[in-house]
Amino acid sequence: MTETLGLTAERCVELLDAREVSCRELVTAYLDRIQAADGGIHAFLRTRREAALAEADGFDRDGRTGLQGVPIALKDILCTKGEETTAGSRILEGHIPIYDGGCVTRVKAAGLVALGKTNMDEFAMGSSTENSAFGVTHNPWDTERVPGGSSGGSAAAVAAGFAPLSLGTDTGGSIRQPAALCGVVGMKPTYGAVSRYGLIAFASSLDQIGPFALTVRDAALLMQVICGKDPCDSTSVDLPEPIEVPSAGSMRGVRLGVPSDLLAQGVEPGVREAFDASLAAAEGLGAEIVETALPHAGYALPAYYLIAPAEASANLSRFDGVRYGLRLAEPGDTVGDMYGRTRAAGFGPEVKRRIMLGTYALSAGYYDAYYGMAQKVRTRIREDFAAAFADVDLVVSPTSPTVAFRIGERVDDPWAMYASDVLTVPVNLAGLPGISIPCGTSEGLPVGFQMVGPAFSENRILRAAHALESAIGFDPRPPATVVRA
Amino acid sequence: MAISSDDVLHVARLARLRLTDDEVTRMTEQLSTIIGHVEQLSSLDLQGVEPTAHALDLTNRVRADAARPSWPRDEVLRNAPDPADGGFRVPPTA
Repeated sequence: MTETLGLTAERCVELLDAREVSCRELVTAYLDRIQAADGGIHAFLRTRREAALAEADGFDRDGRTGLQGVPIALKDILCTKGEETTAGSRILEGHIPIYDGGCVTRVKAAGLVALGKTNMDEFAMGSSTENSAFGVTHNPWDTERVPGGSSGGSAAAVAAGFAPLSLGTDTGGSIRQPAALCGVVGMKPTYGAVSRYGLIAFASSLDQIGPFALTVRDAALLMQVICGKDPCDSTSVDLPEPIEVPSAGSMRGVRLGVPSDLLAQGVEPGVREAFDASLAAAEGLGAEIVETALPHAGYALPAYYLIAPAEASANLSRFDGVRYGLRLAEPGDTVGDMYGRTRAAGFGPEVKRRIMLGTYALSAGYYDAYYGMAQKVRTRIREDFAAAFADVDLVVSPTSPTVAFRIGERVDDPWAMYASDVLTVPVNLAGLPGISIPCGTSEGLPVGFQMVGPAFSENRILRAAHALESAIGFDPRPPATVVRA
Repeated sequence: MAISSDDVLHVARLARLRLTDDEVTRMTEQLSTIIGHVEQLSSLDLQGVEPTAHALDLTNRVRADAARPSWPRDEVLRNAPDPADGGFRVPPTA
């Protein structure tokens, strides 16, 4: 029986290539592990054992190459043809998409075997996965704590050895923050690098799909699969150069900018210590560490919490009980009554809050004061990054100001929950690529190190992240808990 | 700026959300707090700053104006709560 905890996608490929395991054995090992241990984690909303094994058998029978036969987990916001996709919401319970999203099509074409769909904050709105309509996900490092969010299920799945790879989405940090809290690698590509076709929309100018993995090299392998222009998403583009799987161990000549403005946003001491130790490791690899300014960084969170809800309120108007999803109506209802009843029953509290906030920010008399103002701040933040990248190669910071917090700790205080994203949202507003790699622990819980580069500098980020990861030598296997049962 | 329960009810109508009395109370308090936080933006001098709607410098990309098949109607209707006569049936509009 193959031990899946800590097993990388690269190692899966080696095992398959050498015929040490068959695809069926590999996929079975992961599915069995999910069955044995996901009861205590709840990373998955659904698994697809029969379909996954049938795909594995196909590769065993017909031969395979590359990533074919390697398992993957998909966030339940990515439409999968013929297979339920809910975005973590009651309003889409039982929804069976009639097409695959662009990213899912690429994953299937590469021969990755989807094991199932992972839990998430409803419509990707949240930082803890507590906003799922289908129950919370627990952090594999401490099951009384959150895995982060909104892609908490995908992060926890990789951390717990339920899948070597997974896909999430990042609108304000929803890949990088859960990656940090679960001790795995998570990358948000440049806006436009990955097709959003078939991604259930939250905030269209910010949403981006990206990989979770145990190593930077594995993340690069999945980036190779998912990046590229899709005629079905007119904001998607081809990367100027193909993604390379990094191998160099040096950071010689790389200038890392540490933004004091961003770090002033309240980073807890243990996180700061792990971050500083990693900076020293980077310096040991030849990197140059300098201070850099992001003068408007402190305004990114308030700007984000106007722009994202405004876009969400428009995007979520499609859930009205007419074309798909839940419908609630009483005899004698008008269509307007039906809309109100359906949306009241179908959306959870955080989604309602964001729809209300966004509708308010866009409403007559307030548009210029809120949404318009936030868009101007967004310009300032882009200019800040552009100025920083005139001097440094990458801007680095902790990914999250804290380690994983306790389940329930922030649910009654929306702004405290939003503050989990303070270090990640500026990157989305500017449309830039960023990665979080595990860089140590504080109080026994993982800490993430965020590296951000100019638009389309994915290879630069991956090279530096790989070198630093090798120097840090983080063991991504959670300590003995339910996941080692 | 404080948000009143009347504001909340007005916005809820715009958003087609039916809220319970409890939700109105909670929403009034929480939206006021959140708006209080975002209002720190007004301390910035944004005179002459162009708004950013989108981080990529792309405008009006269009595909070829060529006919292509769309989704088969019966497949599209499969997820509809109340399909009828090849369309989406809704309650009366008034």
